[in-house]
Amino acid sequence: MTFGVEHRVVEKRNLADKIHLFKVVAPLVARRAKPGQFVIVRSHERAERIPLTIADSDPDNGTISLVVQEMGRGTAKIAEIGEGGKFAGIVGPLGRAGNIASVNKVVLIAGGVGVAPMLPYARAYHSSGAHVTTIVGAKTRDMLILLDEIESVSDVVMVSTDDGSLGVKGVVSDVLARLLADGERFDHAVCIGPAVMMKAVCGLTREAGIPTTVSLNPIMVDGTGMCGGCRVTVGGEIKFACVDGPGFDGHAVDFDELMSRQRFYEREERLSYDSYRTSKEGSHRCRLDQIG
Amino acid sequence: MSVRSNRVTMPKQDPAVRRRNFDEVALGFTYKQATAEASRCLNCRNKPCVSGCPVSVDIPGFIALIKEGKVEDAFAKIRETNSLPAICGRVCPQENQCEARCVLGKSGQPVAIGALERFVADYCREKDGTFARKAVKPIALTNRAKVAVVGSGPAGLTAAADLALLGYEVTVFESLHEFGGVLRYGIPEFRLPKAILDYEIDYIRSLGVRFVPDAIVGKTITTDDLTALGYRAVFIGTGAGLPYFLGIPGENLIGVYSANEYLTRSNLMKAYLFPEHETPIRRGKRVAVIGGGNVAIDSARTALRLGADEVFVVYRRSRAEMPARAEEIINAEEEGVTLVLLTSPVEIVGDDSGQVVALECIRNQLGEPDASGRRRPVPIEGSEYAIDVDTVIVAIGQGPNPLFTEATPSLLTDERGYIVVDADTGATNLNGFYAGGDIVTGAATVIAAMGAGRKAAKAIHRYLRSDSQ
Repeated sequence: MTFGVEHRVVEKRNLADKIHLFKVVAPLVARRAKPGQFVIVRSHERAERIPLTIADSDPDNGTISLVVQEMGRGTAKIAEIGEGGKFAGIVGPLGRAGNIASVNKVVLIAGGVGVAPMLPYARAYHSSGAHVTTIVGAKTRDMLILLDEIESVSDVVMVSTDDGSLGVKGVVSDVLARLLADGERFDHAVCIGPAVMMKAVCGLTREAGIPTTVSLNPIMVDGTGMCGGCRVTVGGEIKFACVDGPGFDGHAVDFDELMSRQRFYEREERLSYDSYRTSKEGSHRCRLDQIG
Repeated sequence: MSVRSNRVTMPKQDPAVRRRNFDEVALGFTYKQATAEASRCLNCRNKPCVSGCPVSVDIPGFIALIKEGKVEDAFAKIRETNSLPAICGRVCPQENQCEARCVLGKSGQPVAIGALERFVADYCREKDGTFARKAVKPIALTNRAKVAVVGSGPAGLTAAADLALLGYEVTVFESLHEFGGVLRYGIPEFRLPKAILDYEIDYIRSLGVRFVPDAIVGKTITTDDLTALGYRAVFIGTGAGLPYFLGIPGENLIGVYSANEYLTRSNLMKAYLFPEHETPIRRGKRVAVIGGGNVAIDSARTALRLGADEVFVVYRRSRAEMPARAEEIINAEEEGVTLVLLTSPVEIVGDDSGQVVALECIRNQLGEPDASGRRRPVPIEGSEYAIDVDTVIVAIGQGPNPLFTEATPSLLTDERGYIVVDADTGATNLNGFYAGGDIVTGAATVIAAMGAGRKAAKAIHRYLRSDSQ
């Protein structure tokens, strides 16, 4: 057990436009990480603390895998870190481990970069002997990530894209709705993705009587229960996603409140990202768009 | 010889200026002011002031040395029992402790002990940045057993320093990326500059203490790991940082913070320097802070410095019952904070987009004393009214941090989650495990936590000596 190791990036893969996979040195995290747990990273000394779900861990080599989509300045700064570069800090594993229900047939529904945190669930269910159906969705074919990895631990994989460039044209909940209408039955569902998607999926599984685990991604600061910024309402009670979750009973979560709270810093984040992009582009401003 | 009945007043930044900056409010004594104030001390034989200090600083001793112009010696004298003098001189509630027992207080104003302690620490730090190290007695390398300290707040820092001075190999494990606990994330720059905290921690590091950031005992490593790594005793100083909420409608609206989140964003993450520092914070124009303690006052004064036009501290009892230090309440009022007393929040009102627009309140009158001995606030029916605000900060207290205790189920806690210890030693029910500070007592003062850290360090020393025989 070594403390204070540098969090070097040993491998970086571009999975899709603005989506990167980092394999990074974090031996203490790798040693204890379980499906559903997350880390908080700081890309540099003045960075925000950003929570990221652990996509994979390799205790023997002391590395973990994280998938990051560039959405604002904080994630853009992470995306700047190259192979051989390092994170200023990584702490974890945080949150409770996901409960892998002992079931015969499970359906996993992942949207966008939600595929990455779904991988540990898929592996765990697959090795438990359950029949695993995985539904993955993205805006378009090029944005689908980690398909090979998902296929290796799923019995059935179904794909949806918003534009129909691959698989079903539509969203993941459309695919699930069709499966359920065709008479498919599942003992359990796990759903990870944007809140609006999880809400739609939970509407379907509630109706079908399928217990559903969701993994929530509210705003956090410390990740240890000290700020309460990640509070969510579950079954009418306030829970802190960082210490009580991030996995919860999807049928009890107040998704509307979660979506509202995720917009807390919309304005600040936009300003911050705009100034970041302006500084990246330097002083050159293209005048092409001024042509009427 | 007559003794001046009035103490020397410490200069402060002008309220009209300081309300908009994060620089320290109190400016400290000059050398001349300090020697003048020191000359007021009667040097009582029975030292009543010392009995009011949780770490038993030899107060008349260090003040006498200031009088003689031996400021460095005064510093060494304080350091004999207090590893964090520049911090205690700033944030201790001296008015309830040493200064409350000063004989001069019976007929006039007590000696400004806190201000003198601060002067000594600042004078020596400014005069010679390495003096702190020279002032330490050489460490006896006779007790090289390994001791782990969990949490780097005032309790952990004190236990670590005392154990290092006793010759132990000490490692401090901190869950955040910077050290100091509540001194780092809770107390704002304008009351405790972070450079001073860094200096005090550097001193403890100079004693040979190792500091490990981003290490959560209970998550990153376990107590079994500590044993396997050869740690023979553990001090738990994980604090009380789990924020309480009111349980009223509207608490999850956009614009509602726990004071912990608000202060952590501003202090630890330096959100007041956004966007250079990348963590955002709401710069509310009309801000309500709910609560009457130091955390509430710190939040209110932070809101002003972030540009608020109006800041209201909403407290359910009267001013006399406010737990915050009187001096800080006065500072806040001078800066323009409005106290809304005998008032309780009943609902936070939001608009269609989920943003806070108002705080619905009800007025109280004081009834019979409650269990705490303070008169109970009783709502006056029909007195509801609303304050228009865009930000609400809930500062009504904190509970115990759960991660260590949850991961160590054999550790005895009370029904609220605080660790149960022997009052004299800090010993828990687990052999070799000691605890102190807010994780035992609930939210209290920096100096009380330091006192607990010191007591536990002594007990750990006794335990390890008897253990090795």
